[in-house]
Amino acid sequence: SSQEHKSNFKKSKEACLSYIQDAMLQKQWKRAAEFLTFYVESLEKDFSTEHVGPSEIIWRIGSEILCHHPRASMREFNSFIEQMKTSSVKRYLKVCLEHSFHLLCNGLIHDAYQNLSLAESWRFGEQTAIQDKEMKLIQAYKGLLDYYSWSKQKNILLEHGQDGFEDLSVEQEMHSYFRKAAMNLKEIIKIPGVWDLFVKCYVDLLEFYGDHNEARQVLNEYAYNSKFPANPNAHVYLYQFLKRRGESKKSLISVLKILHDIVPSHELMIDFNTMLQKSKKRKKRRLGLEVIFAALDYAGWKENVKAWSCLSRQMKQIVISEKHLNWIKQEWSSRKDWWPAFHFSHYLAKGNWKENESLSYEKALVAGILLGKDCKYFKYVSHQGCKAKVKRFQILKKFVNKNNPVHLRISG
Amino acid sequence: RDFHERCAQCSDVNWGVTDGGRFYCRTCHNVTERTREVVNTDFVTNTRVQTISKGSRRQEKDDGGCEWYVCEGFQLVLKKQAEALEALGVCPQMKDEVLYNFWRLYLQKSKQAYCNRPAGETIKSLSVCDSSTDVDSELERSSLLHLLSVSESEGDLQTDCSFASSTSKVSESTSVCSGSVDGSLYLMKNQKEKLRMTMPMTLSFCYMALLWLREPMTLSDLLRFVVEGHIPYLNVFQHFPEKMKLCGLDLKIFCVESWPVYEEVYNQMLELAAFLDLPRFPDITDSCFLHPDMLCMKYLMEANLPDELHNWTCRVVKKICIGEVDFLTLVPGNKSRKVKYDVLAVAVIIVVLKLLFLLDDHYEWLLSDFAEERNKNNKEGSPYFEFKKWYKVIKCALDTEQKKLDEERAKYLWRSEKPLFYSVKNKSRVLKRRQMVVSLQNQFGKLSGSVRPAEKPSPSIFQLSWSEENTDGSCFHGHSLEGILQEKCGLLAAMNPDYWLCTVKLCTERLCGHLAHYREVDFPQSYHFVLRLFSFLLKIQPSYIHDEVCLIERKLFNKKLCKKPKYTVLRK
Repeated sequence: SSQEHKSNFKKSKEACLSYIQDAMLQKQWKRAAEFLTFYVESLEKDFSTEHVGPSEIIWRIGSEILCHHPRASMREFNSFIEQMKTSSVKRYLKVCLEHSFHLLCNGLIHDAYQNLSLAESWRFGEQTAIQDKEMKLIQAYKGLLDYYSWSKQKNILLEHGQDGFEDLSVEQEMHSYFRKAAMNLKEIIKIPGVWDLFVKCYVDLLEFYGDHNEARQVLNEYAYNSKFPANPNAHVYLYQFLKRRGESKKSLISVLKILHDIVPSHELMIDFNTMLQKSKKRKKRRLGLEVIFAALDYAGWKENVKAWSCLSRQMKQIVISEKHLNWIKQEWSSRKDWWPAFHFSHYLAKGNWKENESLSYEKALVAGILLGKDCKYFKYVSHQGCKAKVKRFQILKKFVNKNNPVHLRISG
Repeated sequence: RDFHERCAQCSDVNWGVTDGGRFYCRTCHNVTERTREVVNTDFVTNTRVQTISKGSRRQEKDDGGCEWYVCEGFQLVLKKQAEALEALGVCPQMKDEVLYNFWRLYLQKSKQAYCNRPAGETIKSLSVCDSSTDVDSELERSSLLHLLSVSESEGDLQTDCSFASSTSKVSESTSVCSGSVDGSLYLMKNQKEKLRMTMPMTLSFCYMALLWLREPMTLSDLLRFVVEGHIPYLNVFQHFPEKMKLCGLDLKIFCVESWPVYEEVYNQMLELAAFLDLPRFPDITDSCFLHPDMLCMKYLMEANLPDELHNWTCRVVKKICIGEVDFLTLVPGNKSRKVKYDVLAVAVIIVVLKLLFLLDDHYEWLLSDFAEERNKNNKEGSPYFEFKKWYKVIKCALDTEQKKLDEERAKYLWRSEKPLFYSVKNKSRVLKRRQMVVSLQNQFGKLSGSVRPAEKPSPSIFQLSWSEENTDGSCFHGHSLEGILQEKCGLLAAMNPDYWLCTVKLCTERLCGHLAHYREVDFPQSYHFVLRLFSFLLKIQPSYIHDEVCLIERKLFNKKLCKKPKYTVLRK
């Protein structure tokens, strides 16, 4: 077996590595460092037949140790990384990139920027072409940092503007950052992927300079280009942009529809439902009901007063108008088996009443309509409410009692 | 003059030369086949002999190096090893006479020196790699160079651990990198023909010399000293003189990446002894360290077992006649008997433990409880030996030591002080890497907290030691076996009436290389524990000891086995 033919050297280095890993998992950084000193000589016998060779292992483990070791300083980290950069040409840009991340995480933005600039100017024969992806990422992050600088300048400018100062140099710098940022950000978002932050920043730039068409195009691409991975955020950004631009309800609704399909539990579903409820089109109102019911299927929404109030409002409206009770029936048919235990248990009634009166009010309304006046939830809450002489609960009680037969038609 | 072999007839060393140039023994007038001409170091017809003899006519090369042959390198290695052994207490005869003569005999037999002309070979002109050599284009031509292919971007070396196969040929115009003159030729030679010299074989030489002199060092001791660094092996080429430049294929020959394996060194020693046509080795008598009675005593002490067990080991040794001079002494030849003294002794001890304690995971504990009971009333004299207590003490020590050993092995540093290059092209990259390694070691070394520099443990015959002065009762040497013996016909016999054989039938070594097949799950835990203990002491696999145990059991119960082959549990 291959195990037998491994030299003792290899076996001993493998054993050494597993000691390092154990130490790291137990956060024993000194011990990990100690074993690493014995491991590093693997570099001299780097045969690179393994998928991950010693040089990469040392880079990653060393970085990790220097990150967490109590006595390791940023300076040591930097000097270590510089060595790692020289140790492998094939990995040069990757190391630069991760180095920059580390600097950013430690708040050394200027250093990170310098690093990225240096990396950007690196050329090494055919390696430059091979490491194209990393290069693009480096440029993208550089663009991001340029955006950050632009943003700072912009704020200064606005402040000065308020104070009545004019600052030409600041303005010029701001524009220069804009150009650099825009160029790099534009490039990276062309590549299929998840570029949320980059897109946001780029759109922000475009909007500031008034290029709304470009912004719209970018966001559309990001949301609708099938080459890009499905990303709810893309739709959210597009929606927010369109809202800012004062687009028609129709276009807003079409964007949110897709979001509802991808993420029925998204927080924007409340806005969506609100828009749909107000619509004149029957289909839209129907969709609204579907949307709000779907959102409340999720545990994270159980105590969302706004969501319950949307639902209760719509349901009340339907009950009073006596039209479209079948909508509620349709939505309820797949939920009647589990919603009662999920939302309307006696335990929840007590908890909701105690902690959030408005929540219990809205829920009681919904429960009363769906399950009738005799349901546990409604009974408890309305009783409590009436006992406390809160007016709306008294009104609620009357309403539900009056419309009690409805629940039979719904559940039938 | 300088022929020191023992006469085949009278074992004396007293040679003269006949008129025909042959050696004859002055004591018994036995004439040998060896001719004087061959042994005369002054006889020069051959450049090889020239360079080996005094080195005064070495050609100086441009880089300050000189021409050297692979066997010269090995000669130096052997010299260093012999010096180390001397420092450990081995008699000086070993280096100056025994080992040296074995080596010369080897050179002669393998026609590398001390003879008219190396058989069938002409020394091809092999130039050392210089900077103008284009390695890449040679790749296509030679499979030997496959060993040295260097990939530019990483500076990685794709080396194949196995030596070049004997069928690969190097075209004469290829210049293959090696510091030695015959490095590539050396690797190409057909192994089977002439018992090619390798690093592990240097240890075979050493052991053979030690055995000839009957020094008190077993093979496992020798190999342990190698691993502990007391005997040069890893990176021994660092001590070659400056002028002997090592590079390229030399590294394949002299660099080791694995520790020597007991079996391999031992088997090669036997092959070597046969190849050199050595006569019967000096007798191993019962006053020798290597005699089972002696070694058993040593291992019993080390294993913290009662001295009284020695009586039993001696009885077993006597019964199966493995203490006989003729059994123990090595007679080189194609079918020489394999006697591994250390493994043998340890196996005897294990058999004795099985005889007395059965070791079936039940009986030994029962016996221990019984001894414990009896010990309550036994306040005078030495306490009765309790297996349970011994087990606890030993297990604790063994686990600790094993853990230490595992960590040491993981921390082992393999690289040599002198950086090695496969080719001149490679040099700068190698140096750069070396620099980086040193710098990383410093950087992380500082973060290691207080780390004492690893000290070489001073060489010692014992790895575990137990002192009777310890009041915690952790030394069992003086304990008595009375607790588990009973009187029978005026003699003390074991209370245990049963025995289980490790295996009913021995396997054929030729088929699978083993006499038996050991799997931990097939045997009692106590047996495994005992194997593990001795496996740790000898630093060999438990299965090797198990094989030996099977052999001894076979001898011991031979008669009974012939009668009742079916039963695996025997009544004694």
